[in-house]
Amino acid sequence: MTMAAEANFVADPFTPEGDTVIDCKVDKIFYGDFLAVRDSVVPIEKNKITAFIGPSGCGKSTVLRSLNRMNDLINVFRFEGSVMYHGQDIYAKKVDPVVVRRYIGMVFQQPNPFSMSIFDNVAFGLRLNKYKGDLEEKVQKALERAALWNEVKDKLKNSGLSLSGGQQQRLCIARAIATEPDVLLMDEPCSALDPIATRQVEELMLDLRSRFSVALVTHNMQQATRVGDTTAFFSVDISKGGRTGYLVEMGPTAQVFDDPQQQLTKDYVAGEFS
Amino acid sequence: MAINPFANSGNSGSITRPPSSAERATDSIFRAVAYVCALLIIVLVAFILWEIGKKAVPAMADHGLGFWVGTTWDTNNGVFGVLPEIWGTLYSSLLALLVGGVFGIAIAIFLTQDFIHDRVASTFRTIVELLAAIPSVVYGLWGIYVLIPMIRPGAEWLHAHFSWFPLFGSDLSGPGMAPAALVLAIMILPTVAAISVDAFRRIPYKVKEAAYGMGTTKWEAILKVMLPTASSGILAALVLGFGRALGETMALAMLIGNSNQISLSLFAPANTLASLLASNFPEAGPIEVQALMYAALVLLLITFAVNIIGLGIQQYTMRKFEGKA
Repeated sequence: MTMAAEANFVADPFTPEGDTVIDCKVDKIFYGDFLAVRDSVVPIEKNKITAFIGPSGCGKSTVLRSLNRMNDLINVFRFEGSVMYHGQDIYAKKVDPVVVRRYIGMVFQQPNPFSMSIFDNVAFGLRLNKYKGDLEEKVQKALERAALWNEVKDKLKNSGLSLSGGQQQRLCIARAIATEPDVLLMDEPCSALDPIATRQVEELMLDLRSRFSVALVTHNMQQATRVGDTTAFFSVDISKGGRTGYLVEMGPTAQVFDDPQQQLTKDYVAGEFS
Repeated sequence: MAINPFANSGNSGSITRPPSSAERATDSIFRAVAYVCALLIIVLVAFILWEIGKKAVPAMADHGLGFWVGTTWDTNNGVFGVLPEIWGTLYSSLLALLVGGVFGIAIAIFLTQDFIHDRVASTFRTIVELLAAIPSVVYGLWGIYVLIPMIRPGAEWLHAHFSWFPLFGSDLSGPGMAPAALVLAIMILPTVAAISVDAFRRIPYKVKEAAYGMGTTKWEAILKVMLPTASSGILAALVLGFGRALGETMALAMLIGNSNQISLSLFAPANTLASLLASNFPEAGPIEVQALMYAALVLLLITFAVNIIGLGIQQYTMRKFEGKA
């Protein structure tokens, strides 16, 4: 594809067969004057894992973080388009980003437990939402789902920061799912983990799929093939002097990897650039 | 020069070489200087303790532990006790810590949690730190000429209506606990604020992200996540502030009234160990000097104890919240 063609390229919208939980239509995302992402339609399917892949700077994290308004923490961030969630545009004026983030949970690149006990970390969201039921039962359930219960059940009072990196990341997952949000956004959750911990987190994602819808950013293509039901491939367009990310192709993971429709996707999944 | 076993193993023309003997010598000298400096601090503290202790020995022999609980300071009859001063020192410092701590932490939150633009925040911080540069005697004068007249109407009103409440049990005749503690609070404010600001600044961005990612409002993020995360640093700030309040002399000597009495009342005059030392030394005879040395030792011990307890609490919170051994 020539640079000029790249500058105007817009991916064919992907229409999933099943239900979607979030319909994200990005027209433009700016940081100040900088156009970070353009023209990307990214539906997130219900009870599936949607993987975002692409070279660095392609805007995959930016798009993911737009799905629960995390980017609002950055003053100069501006979103044009719509993110429909249960029939409601989360960027509508009347919507409070705090509420959005309570329904759409997030797990970050670096494990970031709070400096408090393991129990308090998991109970954090429950307390935040003034949960009146049995706190201990919910905490146990979340830790079990996060495949961490057996390792920490005897030391719930210890600090969350005393755990290993992989355990901390699973603790963060437990913290995010304790309140049962229906969507979980994961921003390169394994990039700071060793292969064994990565394996555990991946298995966890596959388990979580039955209850949650997951959107996953990964720079590891193998990870996308291992866990992704659907894959969205983003690339970065440097033709206009800036580095603007855009969606190149989206579809069922097998199709994107085995039978990509775009030359760019072919080159990328073949490992010709990254 | 040490033997280099790899002298012949590099490529021909290799530019690697072992450190020269001069470089090794610099290394050892630097290490020695660092050790000596560290040791000097310990020696200095021991020396101060030794000198004061030596001069206090006669008074310690005369008054024994009764000195700690005695309530009169009578030079003519040679009766010395510092309980009112111990009480005044701790009470004034605690009050100051309460006021200065609350304001100091509030200022730190205000300056670090995106309430104002960064540049405004750094200007503001400089102004707060300037408070630390004001000489103690100026605070004393300001207390006498500005603060006491300013709080007097309020103090009189409180005493008139709530005199049954121990804190307001007496009239503000001029110098007293309230103006002293307030000035002390202002004096420790920069210490508490500056160190708390650093504690908040040290919190990694990912913690803030985690908090907002859970759907916290700004206040929830600050109160439930940022404050506990910064707690060990804030505790260090409070311990330092408290230590400073315990030893503060000039402003207190001018404001506290130098009266040997134990009272919960905020408006009663009182005395502190440091201000006792400052006011009595100039005209003290040999016997009183020994007693004053004993009092100085008491002050030192209290300061040490407070610092050790503070450090202990800090270590405990670090272990509990941050999982560090």
